[in-house]
Amino acid sequence: MIPAAFEYERAGSVDEAVSLLGRDEDAKLLAGGHSLIPLLRLRFARPSLLVDIGRLDELRYVRDDGDRIAIGALTRHAELVRDPLLAQHCALIGKAAAGIGDPQVRHRGTIGGSIAHGDPASDLATIVLTLDAELVVRGPSGERTISAAEFFAGMFVTALAPQEVLTEIRVPKVQAGTYLKIERRAQDWATVGVAAARVDGRVQVGLTSMGATPLRAQGVEAAVAGGAPPADAAALAADGTMPPSDVNGSAEYRADLARVLVRRALEQL
Amino acid sequence: MTRIALTVNGSHCEADVEPRQLLAYFLREQLELKGTNIGCDTSSCGACTVLLDGESVKSCTVFAVQADGCDVTTVEGLADGDELHPVQQAFHEKHALQCGYCTPGFVMATVSLLKENPNPSEEEIRHGLEGNLCRCTGYHNIVRAVQAAARAGT
Amino acid sequence: MSILGNRVLRKEDPRFLRGEGSYVENLPLEGALNVTFVRSLFAHARIGGVDTTAAEALPDVQVFTGADIDVGPLGPPPLPGLEQGMKRPLVAVDVARFVGDIVAIVVSEGRAAGEDAAELVLVDYDPLQAVVRPADSVKDEVLLFPEVGTNVAGRSGSPEHDESLFDGCDVVVSDTIVSQRMAPCPLEPRSAAAEVGPDGRITAWFSTQTPHQDRMVLAMTLGLDPADVRVIAPDVGGGFGAKMLGAEEILVVWLARRTGRPVRWTETRSESMVALPHGRAQRADYTIGGTRDGKVLAYRLDVLQDSGAYPVLGAFLPNLTALMASGVYAIPRIEFEGRSVVTNTTPISAFRGAGRPEASQAIERALDAFAAELELDPAAVRRKNFIPKDAFPYTTVTHAAYDSGDYEGALDLVLRSAGYDDLRAEQRQRREQGGAKQLGIGLSSYVEITNGIDETEFGEVEITADGGAIVRTGSFSHGQGHETTFAMIAAQQLGLPIEQVTVHKGDTDEIAKGTGTYGSKSTQIGGMAARLAADDVVERAKQLVADYFEASPADIALDHALGRFRVVDAPEPSLSWPELAARAAADERLGELKAAHDFKSSPTFPFGAHVAVVEVDVETGQVELLRLVAVDDAGTLINPLVAEGQVHGGIATGVAQALYEQVVYDDDGNPLTSTFVGYAFPSAADLPLWEAVEMETPTPVNALGAKGIGESGTIGATPAVLNAVLDALAPYGVRHVDMPANGENVWRAIQEAKA
Repeated sequence: MIPAAFEYERAGSVDEAVSLLGRDEDAKLLAGGHSLIPLLRLRFARPSLLVDIGRLDELRYVRDDGDRIAIGALTRHAELVRDPLLAQHCALIGKAAAGIGDPQVRHRGTIGGSIAHGDPASDLATIVLTLDAELVVRGPSGERTISAAEFFAGMFVTALAPQEVLTEIRVPKVQAGTYLKIERRAQDWATVGVAAARVDGRVQVGLTSMGATPLRAQGVEAAVAGGAPPADAAALAADGTMPPSDVNGSAEYRADLARVLVRRALEQL
Repeated sequence: MTRIALTVNGSHCEADVEPRQLLAYFLREQLELKGTNIGCDTSSCGACTVLLDGESVKSCTVFAVQADGCDVTTVEGLADGDELHPVQQAFHEKHALQCGYCTPGFVMATVSLLKENPNPSEEEIRHGLEGNLCRCTGYHNIVRAVQAAARAGT
Repeated sequence: MSILGNRVLRKEDPRFLRGEGSYVENLPLEGALNVTFVRSLFAHARIGGVDTTAAEALPDVQVFTGADIDVGPLGPPPLPGLEQGMKRPLVAVDVARFVGDIVAIVVSEGRAAGEDAAELVLVDYDPLQAVVRPADSVKDEVLLFPEVGTNVAGRSGSPEHDESLFDGCDVVVSDTIVSQRMAPCPLEPRSAAAEVGPDGRITAWFSTQTPHQDRMVLAMTLGLDPADVRVIAPDVGGGFGAKMLGAEEILVVWLARRTGRPVRWTETRSESMVALPHGRAQRADYTIGGTRDGKVLAYRLDVLQDSGAYPVLGAFLPNLTALMASGVYAIPRIEFEGRSVVTNTTPISAFRGAGRPEASQAIERALDAFAAELELDPAAVRRKNFIPKDAFPYTTVTHAAYDSGDYEGALDLVLRSAGYDDLRAEQRQRREQGGAKQLGIGLSSYVEITNGIDETEFGEVEITADGGAIVRTGSFSHGQGHETTFAMIAAQQLGLPIEQVTVHKGDTDEIAKGTGTYGSKSTQIGGMAARLAADDVVERAKQLVADYFEASPADIALDHALGRFRVVDAPEPSLSWPELAARAAADERLGELKAAHDFKSSPTFPFGAHVAVVEVDVETGQVELLRLVAVDDAGTLINPLVAEGQVHGGIATGVAQALYEQVVYDDDGNPLTSTFVGYAFPSAADLPLWEAVEMETPTPVNALGAKGIGESGTIGATPAVLNAVLDALAPYGVRHVDMPANGENVWRAIQEAKA
């Protein structure tokens, strides 16, 4: 289908993007476009203005920043897959990115776009939540850092203020990590996804598609910290979650998948 | 309307486009390059796959304005006169097409795949083509064609 | 040296590889208006009114509603047992009966304007209770056509139940199998265009499988003489049974006449997913009984067919299920009852297999369930019941007259090719080891009917001035490769190189008549018609050569290898086709080198056997298909390359039904799988390579020895894969899994068996 009409501006800098977003409350950012354009084509979203930040190459990078890896928000999924720094220090990111969509999608989709969309089915959103990542954003009043724990407020709702632009994702260097997901077909969104990582000696576990936002499996984490073996800890995986029921699976099925995947992920760590 | 300038199949072109015009429609309707097909509206089927700055993208999920200043290759840009591109030739020799509607998309996706991975395993080929759907062939001969093209060294 | 039987690369490939396919959407049509259909958002609703004001306020937009349409309604096809009162208005007037039912039409300059305007059309819906499940519909509580008084749209078989049917059976097993609703998903969505010429004659371009039949129905519906209507099917991107004249195509032509301008329409995919007819949607309750040593004595099939909102071909398909209910087995007593009911969903029509996959899904599941109950090997039980090789022609108790077959031979071959014993050994080993991933091995033995309604096809061969040949066929390839295979057939008869033979199709002005392509009939009737027309041309050529050589036609021979006519036993004088054509043209006798033939035939019955190997993750329910080994015998193959391609594609669809795809509606009739995101159409990453094994048992029914093959892969694959999943789960006490037998359906079956 054809999207409804909108105005278009290309931002030459992040600050310009911030300013352009201020022009209209129905303005949206366009980066890779692979979360937004499908919504526009089905007319589920009708922004009045698109602010294109896709050319801001200064936001495409992966840098070693001491105890954190800094990832520019416009780094594409395909770039995450092949990045050697990530492979060395935070391999679950590349592993998850390799399973997003398909090669054409991975050539365009960006980590920032995927996270800022606030989709509970986003693999990368779950990973940043699991890793307690820091999200750097710039807005009219300057730059601030939002913790991942505070970032995902609700389904497709994030802590980003209307004019703010996500510029960088800062993830810890992990001792071990994995991302597992169950999907109906290879190109599908996760029916359920599980991120697990050992961060500063602590095991942290996150869940995709188990609620209105990506979730941390806090019961599992506490059990592991208390010495429970993987099977026992994993039994708590669905606690506190509200998985959806849809054509990919019922809530009941998802809950059991979460338990199975968490167990398998913990066994891999 | 927004003015864009880009290179398509090696030729420079300029046009005025509505921001909402998708690259797939721009190619088909303004440049009359009808080889790029539109098979779905959820970026699932890959029939619209073209190369954008050398990488496969779904042209139904890119606005023409986003392609400003870029280098686009469509299926029409592959053959050299009468001589088919090695990927096209491999698809022909392995009977990797039936109705032909998904074929340009698969050919472009294959060109991109082999550029990034010149010697893919069967599994890598299948995952490399997970963004392209075909209802006619059952994919078997398409996989064989990609293997043949890889052997021919494209 | 015969070209037939060779793996000849396709002549039609270059244009598709270069992106030069002439799909309807690609055709230039100067000044064409764009058509956008406004479709019902409700599955069942009274339409109070349609407010077009806001839409028509947009520049150059016109909106038509049901009140404007002065043609139609469309009735169900004139087939036995169908309730003819259930007609479909081309545009809904008083009531919308499914999500997707056309409620208004927007005509605009360009597609974007059309979509903008369509959103502004305000339809006053008064929602009615929707009936979505056939089991609910059959109660006749909520009627789709109150004036008809029932939701039953079609009947087949007999409601008579012989209570003694299973007498003498040591074991009787019953269960239900649902052949779930599927969407055909041709990669090219439908597209149509039409213009009225200065002489008032209509030219229409349709993405269709049946240009001639479309022209007839179109003319009838619009009250026109078919001679005043030209239908052109250019390149068509797949059909699978779904692309035959529908309301949309008729309306496009109606609009061209009404507006006086050319018009065109291309559906979006999400539109296609609700508006293009669906397939399958048949529930079968089966009961199978037999002796303790595995001989089947009786089989009963009770079928409830979902027709969708307006009965079309789908409502009739249980008749084909009934016909093929016996499968490859000599079953002495079979009972069948079928009812088709309307529901507030997309209409059901033919989809790759059309009634026969349902038959093989039922009998193959029943046979495996029977074997499991007896604790006998499923291959052994099949052997005990096969119609033997020397019994052909064989008529089943369901009145299917099978022409030729070697069912045991097919099973032997597939088991050998699959390494069946090794697979069972590996399965045993894995079971002993335990572990989450277990193997399942499934079999199917099938037979299917092609050219099922005894059709006649047209073929014409004409020699051109340069001594080549044009074959005009009433068949219509939309991926099946006729431009190559029919050229091979004609080239063989004419003694011409295939490069000199061109196949024409699809234009009703050029091709005198035709039935189009569906039902896996084209090679056996279209190919035969072309062959016989070629033979006629050879006879006429001999006549001409005889005149030129002053000999008797009986003394003229065609040397096929050289493509030269000469007197028998005398190498010279001789004439090649180009020489003959040139001379004939000079004498104004070229027109004699043209002949046409109508070839009618009874059905043929391809058959085969498949083995599927799956790996099931018993903790998550995920199923991976590891191998699919397929023997598909379609008699003599004209072009094994093309035939194999048909098998591959057919298998993929069969596997897709077993493991992936399902059209889902909620209780209010809202479609939940109307995009390629929700509908699980698999990619190459979800499927393995196919192991297609050759077997050719010719048919005596036609001189080519050829049967159809297009739907065989589908018919064989689904039951093999379902049986494989059940085989994997047997140790867990699972006896039943609904298709798609993957993910939650498997998980749930395991949980229930544990409880």
